[in-house]
Amino acid sequence: MSVTKLLAISLGAILTNNFIFAQFLGICPFLGVSKKSDTALGMGLAVTFVMGLASAITYGVNIILVKLHLEFMQTVAFILVIAALVQFIEMFLKKSVPTLYTALGIYLPLITTNCAVLGVALLNVQNNYNFIQSVVYGVTGGLGFLLAIYLFATIRERTQFCDYPKSFEGFPIALITAGLIALAFMGFSGLQVWPM
Amino acid sequence: MNLKKQFKEGLITQNPVLVQLLGMCSTMAITTSIANAIGMGISVTIILTLSNIFISLLRKIIPNEVRIACYIVVIAGFVTMVDLSLQAFFPDLAKSLGVFIPLIVVNCIILGRAEAFANKNTVLASAVDGICQGIGYTLVLIIMSAFRELFGAGKLYGFQIMPAGYTPALLLILPVGGFLCLGVLIAIMQWALDKSAKKKAEKEAAEK
Repeated sequence: MSVTKLLAISLGAILTNNFIFAQFLGICPFLGVSKKSDTALGMGLAVTFVMGLASAITYGVNIILVKLHLEFMQTVAFILVIAALVQFIEMFLKKSVPTLYTALGIYLPLITTNCAVLGVALLNVQNNYNFIQSVVYGVTGGLGFLLAIYLFATIRERTQFCDYPKSFEGFPIALITAGLIALAFMGFSGLQVWPM
Repeated sequence: MNLKKQFKEGLITQNPVLVQLLGMCSTMAITTSIANAIGMGISVTIILTLSNIFISLLRKIIPNEVRIACYIVVIAGFVTMVDLSLQAFFPDLAKSLGVFIPLIVVNCIILGRAEAFANKNTVLASAVDGICQGIGYTLVLIIMSAFRELFGAGKLYGFQIMPAGYTPALLLILPVGGFLCLGVLIAIMQWALDKSAKKKAEKEAAEK
């Protein structure tokens, strides 16, 4: 039963309820860091990592808040925890895995204000997920983001030199491209995990 | 300070969504009905004005190295206040806006204005800036949601407008519609700004 539920969560987070194309979370980095496919890949990996870790830690923070009857402090507590977490990851990577740090370096601080990370923390609480479900939702949500940003970046690389009307240059054409990918992702909307 | 200039900047030439390209997530996500757009617009305007005032007041006290963290705490405090008030007084609206109210914390408009304006200007100018930018954001939300609700559901503010035989273009209400509408809206804005810049240049050339 619980495995089915986990599969359903993963399928939803990656395809049917993709963070970008269905829930509009994390649009800023999605549009900002998608001009090249290799930087998009780096950003996607960094987001996946932080989303998974943030889901695990905010689960613990939420238990403490509920015990102290401070649920109304959720937003403030979560954003502080996420900001601190990102800072710690940055320091840790700099010290122990310098190669990864130089690869992800500039994207890490940006992740603090990525609404997908705070969003996943809040959605975990809203959906009453337990610890394992929260972490799975965080990681697969990040993978959904990775898939979306990588697909989008490869398409943008190809359309870079196309000739479109001048007013559509830059953001407008990027948004319309994203809209068309979102349309394609709607094709997944009937997918379900059969109960075992 | 220049009230008229700030107002024009907030609404048109420096519009937060269409020109500065900030706060896209919420713009696309909640513009499926006018009621949502107005609720979200007013909430953001209140939070933006209050946080601008506070950050401007504290601009000489906050150390430069940790300013972003300080801004986020100030903003998160106001967002929590608005979130709880909405849940108490407008539970239906709070439910339909859902997770996007707490997510105002990471809305780049508010952090962007704090960083670009409030930490360099006086309290009064920052308050005016908050109101003007907020109105600019609300205006975009209302335009977009009016279009999407009218053609996607045949309604306006919940009232049936289109004749009974009209088949709603469901696509506009779906996420796809959000991306396409905003793309076209920004394109129109770029076209209009480009045109007015050209006109200005021509006028100046003629005067010479």
